[in-house]
Amino acid sequence: MFPLLLGLSVLEMGSGYVLEALEATYVDNPTLLVLVPVMIGMGGNLGAILSSRLSTRLHLGVLEFDLRDTVLWTNIIAILSLAATVFTLLALAAWVIGRFITGTPMALADLLIISLGSGMSLAVLAILLSIGATYVSYRLGLDPDDTTIPVVTNVADICGVLILSGFAILVL
Amino acid sequence: MEIGEEVRRIYRESIGILCVSLLGGLFAGTVLGSEAMRAGFREFPGLLLLLPAFLATRGNVYGAFGARISSGLHQGLIEPDLGWDRRLVNAVVASFINGLGISVFIGALSWAILQALGRESARLVELVSITFLAGLLTSVVLVFGLLILVFGSYERGMDPDNLIGPIVTMLGDVFGVVFLYLAIVAIGVVL
Repeated sequence: MFPLLLGLSVLEMGSGYVLEALEATYVDNPTLLVLVPVMIGMGGNLGAILSSRLSTRLHLGVLEFDLRDTVLWTNIIAILSLAATVFTLLALAAWVIGRFITGTPMALADLLIISLGSGMSLAVLAILLSIGATYVSYRLGLDPDDTTIPVVTNVADICGVLILSGFAILVL
Repeated sequence: MEIGEEVRRIYRESIGILCVSLLGGLFAGTVLGSEAMRAGFREFPGLLLLLPAFLATRGNVYGAFGARISSGLHQGLIEPDLGWDRRLVNAVVASFINGLGISVFIGALSWAILQALGRESARLVELVSITFLAGLLTSVVLVFGLLILVFGSYERGMDPDNLIGPIVTMLGDVFGVVFLYLAIVAIGVVL
């Protein structure tokens, strides 16, 4: 297991490099730092919920990889609604916390754009990853219970900070 | 079944646990955004570089540990109490070694990357001591916290599979960042 952990840590350095490169932006806007842990974890959470649901359906033999499959769309809509709720709450909470930890809080509108924009992009990425990983496992004859969650959570972890930084640069 | 109704059911089942995870993340974010922590980032260049990798170990190391415990409980191979059990001790020792090893590696790697890029960096001994100390404290709390919480809930008839993920995220978010901060303060005083 240790070699796998080493490999993942090296990949995580990619998002760390972006944080370090944008150090001035993050350290001068502490409200952005408040978003970082949630962005690192939440894409993985959403992907894990979807992956578990998809692999259970695959095991039951009722999953179809078809764009007309209503169950697939039901799951996608549910994940997007969950993401919209969580990332709106995150923006509001970060705005309140920002008022306490810094003298100059960010504008609520900016925070909403950054949190919802990066959060929804992350959710779409998690959805594509979950469906893709489940499909690939199925084609390769692997058990998606063992493969999808590690793949989806790790890729989403790494991309969370990258996407957040992208939106922060666009808005600020 | 009606799509809207099914969407609402999935939403209801998941929103609670996502909000718990959100609270943990917000607490961690508040610590990260605090004046003291920002001063630490300025004092020890390289900490921001290693932060995502350090926070990710919670899921990779302790999530795997939790999954092993939960499978052991389901199969009846592990008893739900903190006694001297070979399987339990092996799982605990393995995750301590993985958690500490990876923390030290992350500290050293962060230093090496900044050296290679010719960028300003804290000393190797500073970064490695900080990640070692933070990794050690996090391991102790996550391993024993997980065991106590999972065993306790299991004895009340809850399925450990549904508990591991949220508990790891919650404990990892809250204690990972707090111990990173404590390590920065301690190493700042000692070195």
